[in-house]
Amino acid sequence: MKKGLRFLLPLGVFALLLVFLLIGLRLNPREVPSPLIGKPAPAFSLPILGKQPERRIARDDLLGKVWVLNVFASWCGPCRVEHPLVSELANRKLAPVYGLNYKDKTVDATRWLTDLGDPFTAVLVDADGRTGINFGVYGVPETFVIDQRGIVQFKHIGPLTPDAVSQQILPLLAKLQAARL
Amino acid sequence: MKWSLKGWNSAVALSPPFALSFALSFALLLALTVGSAALANEAVPAVADPVLEAKMVGITSELRCLVCQNQTIADSNADLAVDLRRQVREMLTRGDGRQQILDYMTARYGDFVLYRPPLKPSTAVLWFAPGVLLVGGLILLVVVLRRRDRLADDRFESEVDPYLDSPDDPNAAPTAAAVERAGRPSLS
Repeated sequence: MKKGLRFLLPLGVFALLLVFLLIGLRLNPREVPSPLIGKPAPAFSLPILGKQPERRIARDDLLGKVWVLNVFASWCGPCRVEHPLVSELANRKLAPVYGLNYKDKTVDATRWLTDLGDPFTAVLVDADGRTGINFGVYGVPETFVIDQRGIVQFKHIGPLTPDAVSQQILPLLAKLQAARL
Repeated sequence: MKWSLKGWNSAVALSPPFALSFALSFALLLALTVGSAALANEAVPAVADPVLEAKMVGITSELRCLVCQNQTIADSNADLAVDLRRQVREMLTRGDGRQQILDYMTARYGDFVLYRPPLKPSTAVLWFAPGVLLVGGLILLVVVLRRRDRLADDRFESEVDPYLDSPDDPNAAPTAAAVERAGRPSLS
């Protein structure tokens, strides 16, 4: 480096540092990439909410179709916020949307769905949260997309956003449906 | 503690009603404590199996709670952490080892849950950057010091301050030679 330009060196180092810090500021530490993506969905067999006598759905019952799993609970504030988007997603009928009622009381969940509307094909009851743990759920609401082979293709952490639905989930569902695996 | 004892004495001495009420409440407190102790059952141990609990805490202390990210699963009171502690307890009872439990957690939450991340290509920067920076800094320091060592003396400030060159008269102007040696601008 020419002697005259040496004074630029600290400035360059500073600029580099600034770039790293700006990238760091944009990262969201709450969004931990799921190790489940590209792997089979964990096995489960859960009762359906509001079905008497009890009926269950297991993971393998859903093999062969693309489906969406929305983890929600009546005690979860952001779930209420994202509810219109979940309904919209279900109304598109690109794929059935199943609810996973995570660590909730049946009475509360039923009332919640009566009040806000029930967009789900069926609601699976995960009363003790074990299926949630197997799905790596740590911040309700969460939304998964699972393909025909039962592989987890996508995970959204936190309430759905219009962008996440229109730019990520809908195109992915269309793509998976077209693939006809 | 001498001062506080003194303080007590004077306070009691100053107000006899205080002494009386103090003695009364003390007696009452004593009666209550003794009474309730007699009524109470023996303390129930906090956990059924202290050995298992210690193992569980040992393992969960290495795991990050994903809800409150700077706490361990052992420390956190988040609902999920409570559930995961229960899960670890069950796995230990079943006879699973430490590694099996860590595998169980990373399969669900990724390496992010481990406070001691494994060494692999994606974590290499994390492991080696501090060492690389330290060694790099030392090399830079040695290079700079050696370069300075080779420089002629006149590139450095004189160790003697030219402005203090004449001890007889501190206000006297420094000699031209001293200023020249020190590389400072002349005053004229």
